[in-house]
Amino acid sequence: MRFEATLNGRPVSWEIAPHAFLTEVLRAHGYVGTKRGCETGDCGACAVLLDGLEVNSCVLLAAQASGHALTTIEGLGTMDHPHPAQDAFVDAGAIQCGFCTPGMVMATVALCGDNASPTADDARAALGGHLCRCTGYVKPIEAVLDAAARLRGDAQRG
Amino acid sequence: MRKGDEMTKEFKTPDGWDTGAASMGEYERFKTVNKSERRVDALKLALGKGTFADDELPAGTLHVKVLWSPHAHAKITRIDVSRAEKMPGVRCVLHHGNVPRVPHTTAGQGFPEPSPWDAYMFDDVVRFVGDRVCAVGAETEADAMRALEVIDVEYALLPAIFDPEEALKPGAVRIHAGPDPRGIADTSKNLAAHLHAVVGDPERGFADSDLVVENEYRVGYHQQSPIEPHVAVTWLDENNRLTVKVATQVPFHSRRILAQVLEIPVSRIRVIKPRIGGGFGGKQEILVEDIPALVTLRTGRPARLYYTRAEQLVSARTRHPAIVRLKTGFKKDGTMVVNQMKAIGNTGAYGAHALTVFSCTGGKALPLYRAKHYLFEAHVAYTNLPIAGAFRGYGGPQGFFATEIQMDIAAERLGLDPIEIRRMNMLRPGDDNPLAVALGEGREGYPQIIRSCGLEDCIAKGKEAIGWHRRGTFDTSGPGAGHLRRGMGMVLLMHGSGIPGIDMASAFLKLNDDGSFNLLVGATDIGTGSDTILSQIAAEALRVPLDKIVIYSSDTDLTPFDTGAYASSTTYITGNAVKKAAEGTLRQLIAAAAKIWECEELGLQAHDVAIWHPDGRRLTYGEICISTFYNHNQHQIMDHASHLSYECPPPFSAHFCEIEVDTETGGVKVVKYVAAVDCGVAINPKAAEGQTEGGTSISLGWALSEEFRFDESGRMQNAGFDGYKIPSALDIPEFQSILVPTYEPTGPFGAKSVSEIPTDGPAPILSNAIYDAIGVRLLEIPFTPEKVLAAWRAKVAGR
Repeated sequence: MRFEATLNGRPVSWEIAPHAFLTEVLRAHGYVGTKRGCETGDCGACAVLLDGLEVNSCVLLAAQASGHALTTIEGLGTMDHPHPAQDAFVDAGAIQCGFCTPGMVMATVALCGDNASPTADDARAALGGHLCRCTGYVKPIEAVLDAAARLRGDAQRG
Repeated sequence: MRKGDEMTKEFKTPDGWDTGAASMGEYERFKTVNKSERRVDALKLALGKGTFADDELPAGTLHVKVLWSPHAHAKITRIDVSRAEKMPGVRCVLHHGNVPRVPHTTAGQGFPEPSPWDAYMFDDVVRFVGDRVCAVGAETEADAMRALEVIDVEYALLPAIFDPEEALKPGAVRIHAGPDPRGIADTSKNLAAHLHAVVGDPERGFADSDLVVENEYRVGYHQQSPIEPHVAVTWLDENNRLTVKVATQVPFHSRRILAQVLEIPVSRIRVIKPRIGGGFGGKQEILVEDIPALVTLRTGRPARLYYTRAEQLVSARTRHPAIVRLKTGFKKDGTMVVNQMKAIGNTGAYGAHALTVFSCTGGKALPLYRAKHYLFEAHVAYTNLPIAGAFRGYGGPQGFFATEIQMDIAAERLGLDPIEIRRMNMLRPGDDNPLAVALGEGREGYPQIIRSCGLEDCIAKGKEAIGWHRRGTFDTSGPGAGHLRRGMGMVLLMHGSGIPGIDMASAFLKLNDDGSFNLLVGATDIGTGSDTILSQIAAEALRVPLDKIVIYSSDTDLTPFDTGAYASSTTYITGNAVKKAAEGTLRQLIAAAAKIWECEELGLQAHDVAIWHPDGRRLTYGEICISTFYNHNQHQIMDHASHLSYECPPPFSAHFCEIEVDTETGGVKVVKYVAAVDCGVAINPKAAEGQTEGGTSISLGWALSEEFRFDESGRMQNAGFDGYKIPSALDIPEFQSILVPTYEPTGPFGAKSVSEIPTDGPAPILSNAIYDAIGVRLLEIPFTPEKVLAAWRAKVAGR
C-alpha cells in the first residue's frame, strides 16, 4: 500500500507493507536516528512527532501515520545549525552512549511545544517514557530545562 | 575529640611514599584536563546520525534468527532442518550437527581466559530455557522466523537444577559432563569456579574478638540492559576477509575468540567497533558474532544477528546472583579483627566470568576495612538458568551488599556511630591490601599499597550534603508518626582501576599539516566518554586545544591493541598510553624545531600549538609538520606507546541517602541521594558526574525493582521492559554528585577510575536506610513493596 505523509517538512510517497511499523519504514528509508530499543513501546528510543505529538513509532503502524505530518530527529537540526534542544543535550553532558538521545530530544521538543516554561517535574514526566541506562536522567532533566530556556530566548529574539 | 580524629592522627604514611598530596598544585596548571569539555562525539549523536552497528547494512544482508531452547536441560536426540532449508528465502541453517565443536568461553578477557571453556557455537545439550539450538540465515527476518517454525527437534529431557546450592550437592545432575570442556573447577560438582584465600589466622581472629556478627545476604539476577541490544553485522571484503561490525566492548578479544571458534586465522578477521549504545559489561562477551560470521563464510553473503529485547533479557548475560555469608569479628571499641566471606555464586548454564567476578566480590569489598585476618571463599555453581557474566561492578556489588550492611549491624550492637566505626577501620594512604596478592585475576596478584585516598573528604562532604545531622530526628515510631517514615543510610566503597599486570592498552599519534593530530586507540568508547577523555589527555600533553585532536576508536585493522572497555581501565590504563605517546610526539616536535633553527633543544618550549625559541621566535606545529613533510629532515612526526600497570589505585566513595517508606504499601521512595567520589583528577568532571549518576541508577534498579522471575520450568516470566523494570526518570531521586579532588601519582594527570564504583552503593545503602526508617533489616534484594510490607507487618505483629 502507499504511504503518503509530510516528513520533516517534505512530502514523501512510499510503498509499504500493511503490517509494517513506522520505525521499520523510517529506518528502511535511511531515517536511522529513530532507534529500536524494545519494539514494545516501553523504551521511547523510537519516538517521533506526529502532528507535533510525541509517539512511539515502534508500535504505530506506518499505515496509521499515513496522511500526517511527521518529524524525526533528522528534521530538527544539522551539524552547522543544531536545534536548541540538541545543543542543550550536548552542553548538559546528557549524552553518554547516545542511543536513547534522539527519543529524548523529540520528547523535549514535544514538551516545549506544549509548555514553554516546564518545571523539573514536567521534565521528568516528559522523559518518563524514555529509558536510559547510562545517565541516571540527572543531566537529561537539566538538558530539558536548558532547552526550554534556549527556546524561550529564541522566541523573545523573534 | 572524637574517636575517628584520633585514628587520623595516629596514621602515618611510609617515608617517601607518594600519596599525591604534593601534586595538588597541578590542578591550577591544567588547560584541558579537569575541564568539562563538550564531548567530541555528542553532537552527531544528538543529531541522530547513523553511527551504530545496525544503522547501515551492506546490500544483500541475510537476516539471522536463532531457535532457542524451550527446555532448561535436555539432550537433542534428533534435529531435522530439511523442511527449513527448503523454505523461501532460507540460505543457511546452522546447528550442532554442521558446525565445528570448539570449546571456548564467550567471556571477552585476556588470554588465556580465566573463564572455563565450556561453550560451543551449538551443542547437542541445551542447558537453560533460552540456550541456542539452531540458527537460520534468510533473505528477510520474516523468512528466517518462518523457517524456525518448521525445524523439528526431539529432546530427551534431563533433570534441571535452579538452585546453586542444590547444584553443588553430591548426586546432582551434571550440567557440563564429557571430556571437552576445559578449566572447570570440578565438573562432577557443577563447580564452575572455586576461590579460597586466607590472610592471617581467621579462627584465632574470631577467638580474639569481643563481638562476632554473622549474616547471610542474597542478591538476585540483574541485567545490563543497554538500550541498544546486541547486534553484529558480518561480510566478506574484496580480499575475502571476514569483516565484523559489532556492538562490542572488546574488539580485540572478539577477533581472537572468533578466530578460535571459526577455526580461521586472526589475519583473516577484521573487527570494527562502531558507535556502541551502552554495554555495562554485557558487551564484554563474544555473543552475537560467531553465528552471522559463519553464515557469511558459508554463503559469501553479508549477515546480521540482532537480539530482540526479550532475547537480550533471556539469552544475553546478567549479574551473577549470589548468597554471601559474612562473619566479622570486632573488638569492643569497634576495631575490626577478622572478616570472613563465603560466597555461593550462580553462573547459570555457562561459566562466563565466574572466577573473576567472584574474585572481585571478596577482592573489592573486603579490603576496604583493615583486619588482621581475612578469609574469602567462593563456590560458583552451574545451574540451568540464564548465563551470568560481566556487569559493571563485576562482583563488587555482591560483596559490598554484605559488608556495608554488616558494618551498620556491628555499629548498632557495639553502640557506635555507623560512620565512626567505618572511619576507625577504613583504608588510608600507605595501607597495604593483603588480599590483592592472595586474590589475583585467576593467578596470584600484585601487592597494592594505597597512594591517593580521599575517603575522609568524601565522608565529610557527603554528610554535609545530605544533612546527616537530621538522622534520628525523624518521628518514626511515636503515636504521631504517619504511614510515611523517613530514614537515612550511608555506605563507603572502593573499587579498582584496571586489572594489574594484565590490562594493556596502546595508542598511536601522528601530526598533520595544520597542527592537528590523529589519535588512534583500541579503547572502546561505549558511551563512557573515553574518546573525549583520551583526547583531553592528548591535548593537555601536547599543549593544544581539544579540537586539534581527531580521535578514532576502534578497528582491529587500524588501531593498536587494547584489552577493551572493562575493569574501570580505560582512563587509567589507556590514558597513560595516550599520555606517553603524546609526550613522545612532543619531544619529536621539539627536536624538529631545533633542527630547523639549528639550535639546542634545551630551552625550547611548547605551548599554544607552537614551539617557542627563548628569543621569542616560534614555529607552529603546522609549520613544523609541513617542513618535515616536504622540505628538510623529512619524516612523519608520530609516536606510539603501550601501558600496563602493576598498581591498581582504588577510587573511593561515600554514598548517603534519604528515603521514605510507605508502611501502608511497602513502597520505598528515594528522596535524595548523594554520591561523593574520589576518582583522582576527574579528566572531564561532567563525564565523571555522569558516570556516578548512571552507575548509581543502575544499581538502584537492582535494589528496588529489577528481578528475573522464573516459572517452575526455569522460563523467565518477565522478559521485556514492561515486566523487567529498569528505572525511569520518574524513579530517580534528587541526586548530587560530589567529586572530591585528590591526585593519583600513577594515573594520567592524576586520574583514577570512576565508572564502576557507584554500582556498589545502592543495594546496601537502601537496606541501611530502610532499617533507619522502619526498624526492619532486609538482607535480600530487591526491596519490592511486597517484601518491605511483609517485613513491616511481621515486625508490627511481633511487637
